[in-house]
This record gives sequence, structure tokens and C-alpha cells, in this order.
Amino acid sequence: MPVEKYLGVPLHRPKVAFFEFTACEGCQLQILNNEATLLDFLSLLEVVTFREAMKERSDDYEIAFVEGSITRADEARRLKVIRSKAKILVAMGSCACFGGVNQLKNRFNNLAWVKEQVYGTFPIETEEARPLEDVVPVDLKIYGCPVKKEEVEKIVTNLVLGKSVNHPKYPVCMECMANDNICLYKLGEPCLGPVTRAGCDAWCPGSRRGCWGCRGPADAANVDQIISIMDEHKFSAETIIDRLECFGGFREFAEALKKKTATSKTKKKRAGK
Amino acid sequence: MNISCNIKINHVSRVEGHGNIHIKIKGGKVMEAQWEVVETPRFFEAMLVGKQWDNAPWICGRICGICSIGHTLASIRAVENAFGIVPSEQTRKLRLLLKHMETLQSHILHLYFLAAPDFLNTGSVFPLIKSHPDVVARAARIKLVANDACDIIGGRRIHPTRTVVGGFTMLPDKCMLETLKRRLEDAMTDLHRTAELFRSFPVPDFMRETEFVSLRGNGEYPFIGGDLVSTDGVRRKEQDYEKMTNEYTVDRSTAKWARLSRDSFAVGSLARLNNNFAFLHPAARELSESFGLRPVNHNPFMNNIAQLVECVHVTLDSITMISEFLDAEWDEPRQAVKHKKGKGVAAVEVPRGILYHSYEFDRAGKIVRCDCVIPTGQNHANIQHDLRELAAQSASMGRKDAEIELLAEMLVRSYDPCISCSVH
Ligand code: SF4
Ligand code: SF4
Ligand code: SF4
Repeated sequence: MPVEKYLGVPLHRPKVAFFEFTACEGCQLQILNNEATLLDFLSLLEVVTFREAMKERSDDYEIAFVEGSITRADEARRLKVIRSKAKILVAMGSCACFGGVNQLKNRFNNLAWVKEQVYGTFPIETEEARPLEDVVPVDLKIYGCPVKKEEVEKIVTNLVLGKSVNHPKYPVCMECMANDNICLYKLGEPCLGPVTRAGCDAWCPGSRRGCWGCRGPADAANVDQIISIMDEHKFSAETIIDRLECFGGFREFAEALKKKTATSKTKKKRAGK
Repeated sequence: MNISCNIKINHVSRVEGHGNIHIKIKGGKVMEAQWEVVETPRFFEAMLVGKQWDNAPWICGRICGICSIGHTLASIRAVENAFGIVPSEQTRKLRLLLKHMETLQSHILHLYFLAAPDFLNTGSVFPLIKSHPDVVARAARIKLVANDACDIIGGRRIHPTRTVVGGFTMLPDKCMLETLKRRLEDAMTDLHRTAELFRSFPVPDFMRETEFVSLRGNGEYPFIGGDLVSTDGVRRKEQDYEKMTNEYTVDRSTAKWARLSRDSFAVGSLARLNNNFAFLHPAARELSESFGLRPVNHNPFMNNIAQLVECVHVTLDSITMISEFLDAEWDEPRQAVKHKKGKGVAAVEVPRGILYHSYEFDRAGKIVRCDCVIPTGQNHANIQHDLRELAAQSASMGRKDAEIELLAEMLVRSYDPCISCSVH
């Protein structure tokens, strides 16, 4: 049954639109993947634009859910138009929040090489992958690669009801321990759970896969903490950097760690001489 | 007789990713019939360079949200082939089961949410919630079983967590498999209703001779690894995939295109079925026959029916596999991995057709080269040629603009293109 009232108050069904930029469209798919609750969820909203699922389009919307990062000038222009129309702009997923896996190409600092590697001499347009907030102000972020459907539903319900949306400040480890998972460090595997923002219910560790930090840093996370974990469990800097740089949320952390290992290497070299 | 028209559809809806259609007919002559791919590339093949081998499946799975399981499995197989790892029989079967469930969820998503609205005269599935509640509920039910199965086996329906080089991080709970089996048995009723629904839809009468490329079945309907085959009689080894794809760049596309014996070829359900009809589950084969779908069928709109047939095949095959799992003891979930210098190629049939991943590693296990050839990338040229033929036929038949526009969109949709994937 469509929810028409909440606590006796008639609900305003906001007009919402979904957009995607450079992305795998997995985050949008998570919305369609809500089979069990999709119909209730849709009754909260009036979907006016969702190209992946519908032919109709409308420019009249209040909330824009935007997936993907910005990697071309035309995308930045389109995003600005969306911003000017939407009251609330939501960045959905790691690509939109941090650049996601797309920003891995930025680490070479050499777009010419990147293009050549894939397209040879064929002319192709691309820019450094940027999160949405580098182009326009973003009102709300939904983290994850992919976003967790339960979380999207909670956030959207709160938005519709005019309640505030708060992300957990604590790390994934808290959820992981609450779920009684075996800690991956005990199995000899690296995990960014101690420094990553919770909210996914320790999705990966729950399947015995270390966290790769797709939701970005928890409030108190810092580089020293990461280094001490790394040293304690004897993981190479490279292993940790692979994880830190994967989704873009820990970019500064990854860079700091790279610098640190570079200086300690030169120190060691010097000491060896 | 007609006709002059100028159709421009920017960002065709109800397909994954961004593509445009331009059809211009003047005085009954096709001036232009273009399929353009305008998606922004993500450069996966560059971003992996320098990364440790274990990054490959985790990152490459993100090439596509719809078939992330297929990409992850292709990536894993390529790494394993490079390192000389042969998966255990349990791993092989569990991966196939996981793939089956992705195929089922992807095909149902396409059949109901993307293709069916064209036949029910709506712009999307959303109005059907009111007008055809039973149809939507059925679609949701089948998709839910398939997606739950992906959660149970792969850890997550999108970007799976349990699938790793060497096997699985952990194995599915047997009670859950038991329930899954029952739900799949129930899903068969829903699939038969789906068949009835699609039987009521008129398949556009269109045909263009096409070469179809897929894996070549060896005793079973093929999904993971094996020889490559085409309906024009080409046969190659998995590692020689580049001779099968012959990629080239085209001005109006950010995706690379492909060709083999002719100007274009097709991959996907119809291609798999055309090449491997004999290996379908008998019930699936019977369903196929009942739609008049037999090899070699050259109507691209029949890809929808081929998907339906595959839904039945994978569901029945999954039920059998689950029974076997339930009767056996679990072995170890994964084997140890030792990296080494070398090259590995994998060919995997994902929902939209044959997918190739290829990597080269240095002695430290770092990726030095990466290449992925995506099904939709291989289909672009064929979509282009079909579109031109469709425009020509429409011009000579004097079809109305709106009809041409709808048919052109339906043609593109019948390929179930995954455009962002094809550009990656
Ligand atoms: S955040 Fe992840 S799941 Fe979402 S669009 Fe980006 S790559 Fe896909
Ligand atoms: S597995 Fe990861 S998230 Fe869980 S407790 Fe250990 S470090 Fe924390
Ligand atoms: S466990 Fe880590 S990588 Fe996995 S979903 Fe949660 S934040 Fe993302």
C-alpha cells in the first residue's frame, strides 16, 4: 500500500530525478534491486526522471540523486544545470562522493599516457576524475561502492519526512564486532575497518573479505593509526596503499603514506651506504 | 510513398549507459542511420597498471554494475590462468551457480523493466505497478530470488565480496541453499507465466544475416571458459581472443568496435543459443522451439526470447547443481595462490555476450598490461548495421516517424546494451 500519511500527517511526495555521470550505474541499480521494498519505497517519491528505467523525462524535480564522478567538460556543464534545478542534490556512491575507482587514473598525473594506454593515437576527451562537490555544492552524501540499499531507504525516508540525516562517526570495526565476525587480521588478511566510516554493517568483513575503505575515513581516522596497524600486522605499505587509494575517500592518507615510505626508503638507503 | 524523417534520440532510455540514434530519411532514401556511443570512458585498462594482482577482480568488477559478477569471474579466471591455477570442481560449480543467478537477474531486469514496456505501450515499468500489478510483482519475485542467491553465494548482489582468486572466502550456508532451491522451483511457475506474457507480444518482423560469436559448448551450455566459435565457422582458442575481436576505433564512438568474418558480428543470448542449441536443458530447448526459435536465427529482436529460454535453462541447471551441493560435503573454500610472471586470458559468457579479460604480470605479481573486451563493444557495429537495414526497410515500407523511432529504440534495447561497460 502506498504510504499516504505518516503519523496522521499527509505526506508530500517529492519529485525526484536520478542522473548518472562516469560510473558503473551499480548504485542506481541498487535502487531497482530493492525488489522486496521497492514498491513501498517508490510510493514515498514521485520519480520523474530515471533514464535507466523510464522513457519519460522531466526537468521539474526537487531532489536529484546523482551517481558517478565528473570526467569531461560536458558532464560538469550538465551537473551545473541539475544543481540549478534541484533543491537537494544527493551524491550517491563512492564515484560521486570521492571519485570512486575512476580516480585511480589520476594517480599517474599523466592523462596523455592514460589515454594512449587505452586508445593509442585515437583522440579521446577526458579530465581528471572529480567528485561532484569539486564542481557544485552537494547537500548530502550517500557513501559506498555500491551504496547499501537499506541505508538509501533510511536516508530517503528521513529526507521525505524532513528529518536530519546523520552518518555514523565510528569505524566499520564497531559494526563488525557487533556482528561477531572473525577479525580478518586473525586470518592474516589486511582490513581498513579500523579507519573506515561505518554504515555498511561491515559488509565485506561479514563475508571474510577485508574492508577496502569504500565509504571513506571515519571521523577520528588518521594516518598514524594506519601505519601502526600496518607495522603491527606486517603488511607492506603497498598493500595498504592499494586499499587506501582504491575508492578516493582516503586520497590524502594514501599520499601521506606514499611520501612517508618514500622518505623512509631513502633514509634506509642512506643508512646502508 | 513516404518518406522523409529526421529522428534524433539523444541518450536512449531504458538501456545501461549513454547512446544516441540518428535516422535521416529523405524522399524514401536513407541519408543517415547512426548509432553513436557517447559514454565517458573510465580507463580501467590504464588504472590497473602497476597494481598488485589481487586488485584486478576487485577493481574490474566495477566495470559494470549489472554484470559485476561476470566481470569479477572473468578477471579471476584470467589471473588464475596466468598463475596456472586450476579451480577445484566445487569452486567451478559454485562459480557457475553464481553466474547463473546473475544471468537470471539480468535477463529478468531486461525483459520486464527495459523491454516489456515497449510492448505494453508505456514509457517505463512504473505505470505498470498500477495497470499490471501481477506482472510487476512477478518480475520482482524472480529478480529477488536471483539477487538473494547472489548474496548467499557471492556475498553481495553487486560487486561480490566472496569471490577471490583461488576460490571463495567463505561458502554458502546449506540451509539457505535448501531454501533457495525451493524458491527456484517456485520461480519456474513464474517463468512459464513470463513465457506466456512474451508470447502475447508481437516480435517485429526483421531479419539481417549476421555472424554470431560465443563460447563453444563442450558437453554443456557454455558460460565460463573454453573455445571460441562463430556461426560462420571460425574456431579459436580462448587465449587467441584478439583474433576473434579485431577491435578498432570509430569516430562517433568512445567504445571500440569489433569485426570478424564480416563487417560486424553479434554476441549475447541469441549468439549463444545459435551456437549451442543442443546443449540447452531439454525444457529450455522445447520452449525455444515453441517460439520458433531455432539455430541459426537472424532476427535480433529474438534476443529477448533467447534470454527467456536461458532463464529457464539456468534456473533448471541451478536446481540440479544445488541438489548436488546439498548431497555432498563441503571441501575447502579456497586454495593458496602463488603469483608468477606471465599472461592469462579468460573468456566468460556474461548476460550480454562473450567477455574477455586479459592480464600480464611481472615477477612481483604486478599488472603490466590489461585488456578487457566487452560484449556490448562487440555488438556496436552490428547494432549500427541493423539500424541502417531497419531504416532502409522502414523507408521502403513507408513507416510513420513514430513507428520508426520506436522500432529503432526497440532494436537497440533488444541487444540489452551495457554501454558504460562497453566504454569502460
Ligand atoms: S560507486 Fe561503485 S557501484 Fe556506485 S557507480 Fe561508482 S563504481 Fe558503481
Ligand atoms: S575484520 Fe576488519 S572491520 Fe572487522 S574487526 Fe577486524 S579489522 Fe575491524
Ligand atoms: S566493509 Fe569497507 S569496503 Fe566493504 S562496503 Fe563496508 S566500507 Fe565498503
